[in-house]
Amino acid sequence: MSTPMVHAEGVRKHFGKLEVLKGIDLTVERGRVCCLLGPSGSGKSTFLRCINHLEKIDGGRLAVDGQLVGYRQQGDKLHELREREVAERRRDIGMVFQRFNLFPHMTAVENVMEAPVKVGSVSKNDAREQARELLARVGLGDRAQHYPAQLSGGQQQRVAIARALAMRPKLMLFDEPTSALDPELVGDVLDVMRQLAADGMTMVVVTHEIGFAREVGDTAVFMDEGVVVEAGDPRQVLVDPEQERTRAFLSKVL
Amino acid sequence: MIDIKTPADHPATGTTGMRDLQIVPVRNYGRWIAAAASLLALVGLVGSLAKNDNLHWDVVGDHLFADLVFDGLGTTLWLTAAAMLLGLALGTLIAVMRLSSSPVLYGLANAFVWVFRGTPLLVQIIFWGYAAALYKYVKIGIPFTEVTFFQAETNSLLTPAIAALLALGLNEAAYASEIVRAGIQSVDPGQAEAAHSLGMRPGLTMRRIVLPQAMRVIIPPMGNETINMLKMTALVSVISAHDLMSNIQDVYAQNYQVIPMLVVASIWYLALVTLLSVPQAWLERRYGRGTTRAGHVSPIRRLLGGTMERLGKNSKEQNR
Repeated sequence: MSTPMVHAEGVRKHFGKLEVLKGIDLTVERGRVCCLLGPSGSGKSTFLRCINHLEKIDGGRLAVDGQLVGYRQQGDKLHELREREVAERRRDIGMVFQRFNLFPHMTAVENVMEAPVKVGSVSKNDAREQARELLARVGLGDRAQHYPAQLSGGQQQRVAIARALAMRPKLMLFDEPTSALDPELVGDVLDVMRQLAADGMTMVVVTHEIGFAREVGDTAVFMDEGVVVEAGDPRQVLVDPEQERTRAFLSKVL
Repeated sequence: MIDIKTPADHPATGTTGMRDLQIVPVRNYGRWIAAAASLLALVGLVGSLAKNDNLHWDVVGDHLFADLVFDGLGTTLWLTAAAMLLGLALGTLIAVMRLSSSPVLYGLANAFVWVFRGTPLLVQIIFWGYAAALYKYVKIGIPFTEVTFFQAETNSLLTPAIAALLALGLNEAAYASEIVRAGIQSVDPGQAEAAHSLGMRPGLTMRRIVLPQAMRVIIPPMGNETINMLKMTALVSVISAHDLMSNIQDVYAQNYQVIPMLVVASIWYLALVTLLSVPQAWLERRYGRGTTRAGHVSPIRRLLGGTMERLGKNSKEQNR
C-alpha cells in the first residue's frame, strides 16, 4: 500500500491553557476526499491549519505524503524546519480559506499568477496563460481583469481555488469554503470542488455542507471538543451514526 | 389592504396634494451674515497689507527670483527628498524590527524611536552639525583591534548639508517607523496566511502582499510628513546648510529687510507644498487599486483640491 497523503497520530495542540486538539488520529489516502464536520470550536479548522503548518502542533506526529510537517527526521532526532523549508513544503499543499483572502491589490489573473511567478520559476507569459486556463476552469474566464472587490463572494472563492491550484498541489485543504457565502452562491463553489474531486484531487474539507459531504466525501470525520468522535463512510456516519453526539449534531444542522 | 384607499379620500394628504405644495428651504441668515463679515475682515487685512509701505513689495519682487533664492531652493528640495527617502527606508526597517519576535531587534528599534522622537529636532540638528567635536576622526574597522578599513576626518565628511541630512533623516525614521508599523498592522493577517499557504517566504510575503496593501494606510500620513519635512528643513539654517531659509537669512542680515524676505520664503514654501499634493494623489491612486472607494480624482483636480469640490457641492445644492 502506498504512503497515505495525510497521516496523523495523536496530534495535540493547545492555545495557552485551552487544549484544542486532544490526540487526533486520521489518515487520508491519495485521491480521496475527507470531510471534517463538527460544531464550531471542535478543533476541525485548527487541525486543517496544522496540516500545512499554519499552526504548529504540540504533540503527536503529522505527515503529508510521508514527510513530517514542520520537522525533518535524522536518525532519532527531529530537526525543526527553517522558514525556507516550510515554505517549500507548503507549495505542494493548496489551501482555500473561509474568507477567501484574495490579494485585493491584484486582479483575479494576477492573484492566480503570483505564486507560480514569484515562488515557482514560471515565466510571466506562461503563468498568465495557465492562470487564464484555471480561471476558465472555475467558470470565470471573463473575470480575469476584475479586482476581488468587483467580484461576488462565490466568484472570489472560485478565484481562490484557481489560485491554490496554480501551484499544482498534490493536496487541497478547504477551510469552510462556503460558510461566508450567500446561500445562492454556494452551489457554484461546490460544483468546482465536486469537479476537482472527480479529477482525482486529494482533498480535506472542513464543511457544514452535509449534502456535499455525503455525496462527494469518501470519508466523513465527525469531531467534537478536540477529539474524533466518529469516522467512516459518510453514507453511514452522516445518515445513521453510531454515536449519540454525532446524532445530536446532525439533528441540529439538518 | 382596504386601509390603503383611505388617504385618497383626503386630498391634502394624497400624492396629488403633495405635488401642489411649495417646498421652502431653510434660510440660513446666520451663515450669510458670518460669510459677509469674514469677507469684509479679509478685504480689510489684504488692503492694509497692500498699503503698508514697510512691507516693501519691491524688495519681495527683486528677490523672488534671485539666484541666491534658487540655490537655496535647490538645497531645500534635495534635502527634503533625501531625508524622506532615508527616513522611509530606515523607518520601514525599524517597523519590521519592532514587529519581529526577536527581543534584541525589538529592543533596539524601540530604543531608536525613543531617542530620536524624544529629543528636539533642533537639538539633533545642532548635534550633528557639531559632531566633529565629539569624534575628530571617523574610523570603520574591527572594534578593539588595530584593523581599520576606512578613516577620515569628521569635519570633511560631515559637511553642514550632510549633517542636516542625517539629522532630518534619522528623526524622520523614528516617525516613519510608527506610520509604517500601523500600516503593516492594518493588513488582515489572513493575507499573510494566504501568501504562506502558497509557499511564499516571509520576506517575499512582506514585499509583495503586505507592504503594497499597507501603503494605502501609509501614504496619507507620509504625505503630511513630507510637507512637514519641507518646512522643517528651514531649521537647518542654524548650521548654515545653505537651504532656502539660510540664504534668506543671509540676505536680510545685510539689507535688514526681514519681513519682505520672509514673504519671499513663504511664497516659495507655499508653492512647493501645493505642488507636493500632486505626487501624493498619484501614489494614493496607484496603491488604492482594487478598492472601490479609492481615487478617481485626477492630480490637477487634487491640486485645486478643496476649492473645486466645495464649489461643485454648492452648485449641486443650489440645483436641488
